[in-house]
Amino acid sequence: MNPLDRYESLVDDVDAFRAACDRPLPSVVRTNGIAASPSRVREAFEEEGVSYEPVDWHDGLFRLPDGNPGGNWPYVHGWTHGQEEVSVLPGLALDPQPGERVWDACAAPGSKTTQIADAMDDRGTVVANDNNLGRLSALRHNAERLGVTNAIVTNQDARNFSVKPLAFDAFDRALVDAPCSCEGTCRKNPDVLDQWTLDHVHGVAGIQKGILSRAVQATRPGGTVVYSTCTFAPEENEAVLDHVLANEACEVVEFDLPLVTDPGVTEWEDETYDEAVTRAKRIYPHRNDTGGFFCAKLRVDGGDADGNSPDEGVDETEVAT
Amino acid sequence: MSDNTDGEKRGDPANDGQRFDRLPETPADRVVEGRASRAEVLDWWQERFGIGTGVFEGYSFWEKGAGKIWIFNGEASDPSEVEAVGMTFLRTRQEHWKPTGRAASRFGAHATRNVIDLGPERAARFAAGEDQDLPEWDGDWGYLIATHEVAGEPVPIGVGLYLYDELRSVVPKGSRADLPVVE
Repeated sequence: MNPLDRYESLVDDVDAFRAACDRPLPSVVRTNGIAASPSRVREAFEEEGVSYEPVDWHDGLFRLPDGNPGGNWPYVHGWTHGQEEVSVLPGLALDPQPGERVWDACAAPGSKTTQIADAMDDRGTVVANDNNLGRLSALRHNAERLGVTNAIVTNQDARNFSVKPLAFDAFDRALVDAPCSCEGTCRKNPDVLDQWTLDHVHGVAGIQKGILSRAVQATRPGGTVVYSTCTFAPEENEAVLDHVLANEACEVVEFDLPLVTDPGVTEWEDETYDEAVTRAKRIYPHRNDTGGFFCAKLRVDGGDADGNSPDEGVDETEVAT
Repeated sequence: MSDNTDGEKRGDPANDGQRFDRLPETPADRVVEGRASRAEVLDWWQERFGIGTGVFEGYSFWEKGAGKIWIFNGEASDPSEVEAVGMTFLRTRQEHWKPTGRAASRFGAHATRNVIDLGPERAARFAAGEDQDLPEWDGDWGYLIATHEVAGEPVPIGVGLYLYDELRSVVPKGSRADLPVVE
C-alpha cells in the first residue's frame, strides 16, 4: 500500500497532492549568514557560472536547477548549505535570538543547528544533541564547515536528556525536529514510501512523545518549543501534541510561516485531538511546490507575557544579598 | 561558566583526552603541564597572522586530546564531557603550532601577514589538495593562510604549509573539492 493513500481525506485537491508528490524536488541551498550575505552568494554564483533561482519567501534560499550543491566555491567557503526548503521552517518558527540557550534535540546532520546558530549571530549557546554517534560526525563536519563556534555537541537519548554536562539547567528555546516516517521527503527519496509501515509509525510516535515531553521539561517557563516532522501522519503530529498538552505544562500557540499552510487536524480515524492542535501547520507539497512538513510552536507555561522566566527577579535579589 | 580552572580542583593536573578543559588565562595560571594558555594562543595568532586579540574577545579556548585547541562562543561547564565545544581551532604541543583550515576560513579575513593570495588556477589546485611549486613567495616559511578572490574580495580557502619553494595544501581529505577555475 502507498501510505499517501491514507492522507487523501485530509487534502483539498487529491490529484494536485499526488501529482506534486510524484515530482522530484530541485536542489536548494541556504545562505550561511555567519560567513556571507545572500548578495555575496549571488555574486559568487554569477562569477562562477552557477545557475540559481531565488525562492520568493526567503531571500537566503537558492534553487540550483543543475544540482550539485557542493560543487562550487561558495559551498567550499561555507557560505551555503544544502537544505530542503521546508526544512528551514522550524528554525523560523523557533526564532532563536543572539545570546540565548537553545536545544536542538535531534540535531544530526546539523542543517537546523547551523541555521539556529546563524540566527543567533553565532552568539549564545546551541546544544546540538543526537543519539546516533555515526550521524554526529556529519553534524560536526557541517557545523565546522559553516564556521559555527557557539555549538556544544552531545550524544544522548533525547527522551532522558540530562543537562548535567551543561553550564545551565534550562533552555530558552528547544527544537524537536523528530525522527519520523518521512513521507514528506518522498519527492527526493521515493524509497520512504516503500519502506513505510504502520508499526513504525506507532513505534516512532512513542519516541516523539518522549522527546517532546523532555523538551518542554527542559525549557524555562515562558520559553518556546518547536515540534516538527516531515510526515503527514496525524499519529506522529497532532497525536503527539495532544499527548504533550495533556501531560506537560505547555500550550500550542499561533505563529506565522511565510508560505501557504493548512491547520492541524482534530480528527483522525477513531481519534480526536485537543482543539489547540489546529494552531499547528501542515505543509502539503502541492501548496507551495515543496516537500511535505508539519510544524507546531509551543509555549511552556509560566513566565510573563514577554516570555520572561518568573524567577529572574528573584535571582537579582539573591545576588544583592 | 564554572570558575573551576584548569583542573586544579580535581587534584589530577594531567590532560584528559576524553573531556574538554578550559585553557588557563596565562602561563602563570597553568596547572596542566604543556597546556597552552589563552594569552599564548592570542599572541600566536597576533604574531603569525597579525590577527588582533580583540577579534577573539568573548571567545573561550578549550583543550581536548593532546594539543587540540577548540574555540567556543557560548557557555560551557569546565571540564565538559561532551562531543564538541565549539570548533577545532589550533594544534599545539608541537614545535610549530598549526591552525585548522576551519579557523583560517572563519577568522582568516582578519589576517594581515603570512597570507598568500592564489590566482584562479592555483586556488582550484589548492582546494583539490595538490601541492604546488611556488618559488616566487618571499615571505615566511611555515603555515600560511591561502586566499583567492571571489567577486572582488579575497576569501580564505584554508591553510597551506610553505617549505622549500613549495606550497603544500593541508586541506583534509574529506574537505577536498574539485572546483572550477574561475577567471
